Amino acid sequence: MKKIVILGGGVGGTIVANLLVKRLRGKEADITLVDKTGEHVYQPGFVYVAFGKAKPEYLARDERRLLRKAVNLVQGTATHIDPLNHKVHLGHGRILDYDYLVIALGARLVPDEIPGFQEGAHHFHSLDAAVRLREALESFKGGRVVVAVASVPYKCPPAPAEAALLLDYYFTKKGIRDMTDIEFLSPLSRVFPLEPINPVIERMFAEHNIRSTIFFNVLSVDVQNKVVESIEGEKMPYDLLVMVPPHRGAKVVEDSGLGDRGGWLPTDKRTLRSKAHPEIFAVGDCTDVPVSKSGAAAHFQAKVVAEGLIAEIRGQKPRFQYDGRVMCYLDAGYHKALVMSFDYEHPPEAHDPGLKAWLGKHFLNKAYWAIIPKGRA
Amino acid sequence: MAVATRDRIVLDARGSFCPGPLMELIRGIRQARVGEELEVWSSDQGSRKDIPFWIQKAGHELAGVFEKSNYTRFVVRKLR
Repeated sequence: MKKIVILGGGVGGTIVANLLVKRLRGKEADITLVDKTGEHVYQPGFVYVAFGKAKPEYLARDERRLLRKAVNLVQGTATHIDPLNHKVHLGHGRILDYDYLVIALGARLVPDEIPGFQEGAHHFHSLDAAVRLREALESFKGGRVVVAVASVPYKCPPAPAEAALLLDYYFTKKGIRDMTDIEFLSPLSRVFPLEPINPVIERMFAEHNIRSTIFFNVLSVDVQNKVVESIEGEKMPYDLLVMVPPHRGAKVVEDSGLGDRGGWLPTDKRTLRSKAHPEIFAVGDCTDVPVSKSGAAAHFQAKVVAEGLIAEIRGQKPRFQYDGRVMCYLDAGYHKALVMSFDYEHPPEAHDPGLKAWLGKHFLNKAYWAIIPKGRA
Repeated sequence: MAVATRDRIVLDARGSFCPGPLMELIRGIRQARVGEELEVWSSDQGSRKDIPFWIQKAGHELAGVFEKSNYTRFVVRKLR
């Protein structure tokens, strides 16, 4: 019987675990999933918490209840991966042996990399931060709101533009839009990372009077003077600063010497196996696979990892590999959204935002729990 | 991948798509000292426009552009 250890109970790790149990016979593998909190969190809902449209408690569920019974759930934090001896060390001294390891630990927020971030900036990349941003928005009476991205890569590439558009919608409904300026700062040569979609976003920004600056890579936040500074030498004053924090790969990957300079695990973009240790598979945000860091990518990758593992155990060839598929939504406010779908060979096509995509996004927000973690879609 | 040669940091971003090579350069510039030279290698066509444009905005010097068979080498001096 093969021992499979999965690190991380997010969307990727949970789907891999459930698909393995569903497809493998009991004697073929023993499957253990390690998660630090034992709670599964639906991250795409964070932005709705910030705008008062979702309750934080709705976004977290007991991981045990999302996993099939045959999956062993261990609550703990992996502190060291020893790929030569096939062992994972957990924080409380326990050591797990594995034949195959799946790393699905997501990305890590490192706000301390930007001086002044903790004191000066709001964000919505964690549940706590989204709640704090909601409170700040509720008490905001007008002024200059700056939306910025500390550095790339970051989770959910559409999120900053979505936040700018939702801020416009929020302040309009609140009746203070004419007293509020929205400034968007992009680290890239355009406002939206996906080039084919960029003209659509630029047009929406123009329609909603959202000003933008490109090539603004944040150096620091001057909390006292309420100014954000760039390495390009520009300064932007703010009354309310909403900034995507810097991200790095998983700490245990980095601490075990398995990450690249950003802490991301070098991973084959089609087989989703570690380039250095093929018995390690990886899924989602923790890898260096050149696609958007998003739940949808992790979802599609999880099916490939499950297939790869099953084929490996049975001495067969996997029937499919990862084709770079990602799908993401961007809620533009006013009951309109964009949906973008793309893969390694096919860039996203530009469409105007509409009601159909908006309904799709809100359906997914509600249906997620019943469908996605269980591996039903 | 970063390789420190005798007097220049080389950032090999070949195979990485736009904006990957530019982001490698920006990360390299953040870590370099004033006066140091960096070299970024890119196989992405978009870099030919993006990288010189960013260097000009950020106030550094594009010390050289060298076309190779399937990639471009950009040599950048950090000025500030």
